[in-house]
Amino acid sequence: MNIIPEITRECITDLINNNQREDGRNLDEYRDIGIETGIISKAAGSARVKIGNSQVIVGIKPQLGEPFPDTPDVGVLMTNGEMLPMADPKFEAGPPSEASVELARVVDRGIREIVDLEKLCIEPGKKVWMLFIDLHIIDFDGNLFDTATLAVLSALKNTKLPVAKMVDDESVINEETTMDLPLRGTEAMCTFVKIGENVVLDPSLDEEAILDARLSIGITDAGSICAMQKGGDKPLTKDDILEAVSTAYSKVPTLIEKVKNA
Amino acid sequence: MISITKNDKRDDGRKFDEIRPLKIEAGVLERADGSAYLEVGGNKILVAVYGPRESYIRRLLKPNTGVIRCRYNMAPFSVDDRKRPGPDRRSTEISKIAAEALRPSLMLEGFPRSMVDVFIEIIEAEGGTRCAGITAASVALADAGIPMKDLVVGCAAGKVNDEIVLDLSEKEDKEGQADVPIAMMSRTEEITLLQSDGNLSEDEFKKALDLAMEGCRQVNKVQIEALKTKHAQDVESES
Repeated sequence: MNIIPEITRECITDLINNNQREDGRNLDEYRDIGIETGIISKAAGSARVKIGNSQVIVGIKPQLGEPFPDTPDVGVLMTNGEMLPMADPKFEAGPPSEASVELARVVDRGIREIVDLEKLCIEPGKKVWMLFIDLHIIDFDGNLFDTATLAVLSALKNTKLPVAKMVDDESVINEETTMDLPLRGTEAMCTFVKIGENVVLDPSLDEEAILDARLSIGITDAGSICAMQKGGDKPLTKDDILEAVSTAYSKVPTLIEKVKNA
Repeated sequence: MISITKNDKRDDGRKFDEIRPLKIEAGVLERADGSAYLEVGGNKILVAVYGPRESYIRRLLKPNTGVIRCRYNMAPFSVDDRKRPGPDRRSTEISKIAAEALRPSLMLEGFPRSMVDVFIEIIEAEGGTRCAGITAASVALADAGIPMKDLVVGCAAGKVNDEIVLDLSEKEDKEGQADVPIAMMSRTEEITLLQSDGNLSEDEFKKALDLAMEGCRQVNKVQIEALKTKHAQDVESES
């Protein structure tokens, strides 16, 4: 069990109630963000992203495969998250934990609106591109949702697909000529936690450990909300939610800019 | 509230702000400490509650409070194509958020080192099972006599054919543009579950949130009726 000394809890909560944070940030301020792309040459797209000391590596591997029967003319997107035991003393090896499944599914929910899956179809009902997105959490210092989303977006942006064609009912891949992954736009995710009376952006490790409630909001460059997830054992008021949504709208352009310039 | 227009009709004849026919029954299972059965539209959901009890999974227990654990499970025959039995990623996620959605209503501080188990079994699915499951689970928790400060009630709103509508059916969920399931505490109206899938503008999201909260208020009345009916039966059988 994870016992946060009550003294830490009181300390952080008091600070936040006074509009301050343990690391001196404003309530709506991100830690330093670092993005490196194309770090794995064997992957079609990859990135390593840091928010504070949280660190996520994403690799994207395309594979030709059969589409799902109920969506024969769109490609397949699979997002998988692994919280490696190296990232935190409490993470265990083995089957994916609830937290890592939630992380992968929420990240997936956001980027699903971004990847142009229709353009990943090669022949309806027979061959489509399947995009495997693997999140490797290598260092956990809070706020994995935003870190992982930024990492996936950065990796998607530099993903190159070989050109595939159907010749006599067989798929032929031309590794020589590649194309950029078709994207509809871009997005970013902002995660807030409620501690005491305030809602703060980009929770640190300690803040995340004592959070009352968490809210992640994904917003596209076109200004639509494309993913949302609440977590934590305490409720949020409607006003908390609307305030977080409006802060997220003001923060997303900077995040998107960071990915663009990486 | 959403305005009612002339073409205010959906595929199944409902108005934009109308929930599907809903039925809840409390105390339907013999062995469980508490239980509930819920039908909404084509959904059929059974919930059983055990506890607070000791658990052999020691690492999940807490020294200062009781904990709640949920298992959301879909029967293999509950959907069109047979679902492979056992947990998948979707049900793992729903189990986690359902436990978090119910936790704020429970007063488990008096039960340290113990666990409340909530089993949500989807017998038949027709859209909106997570909200319906949470609604039924809260009734089952009350039926189990677990100290609670409020009922948790779930309902979804979404965007279908560019309209914000309440309580999406399976068809609307599949063909719709967005889905916003929520759960809230019935008295304080604090939000305990919130998700959003699909694309919504900020205004559409606000509208969907308001509409879903209105849906929750309607569903809550049925929850309360179910508990009253069960209580009346209990009193009668004792006298």
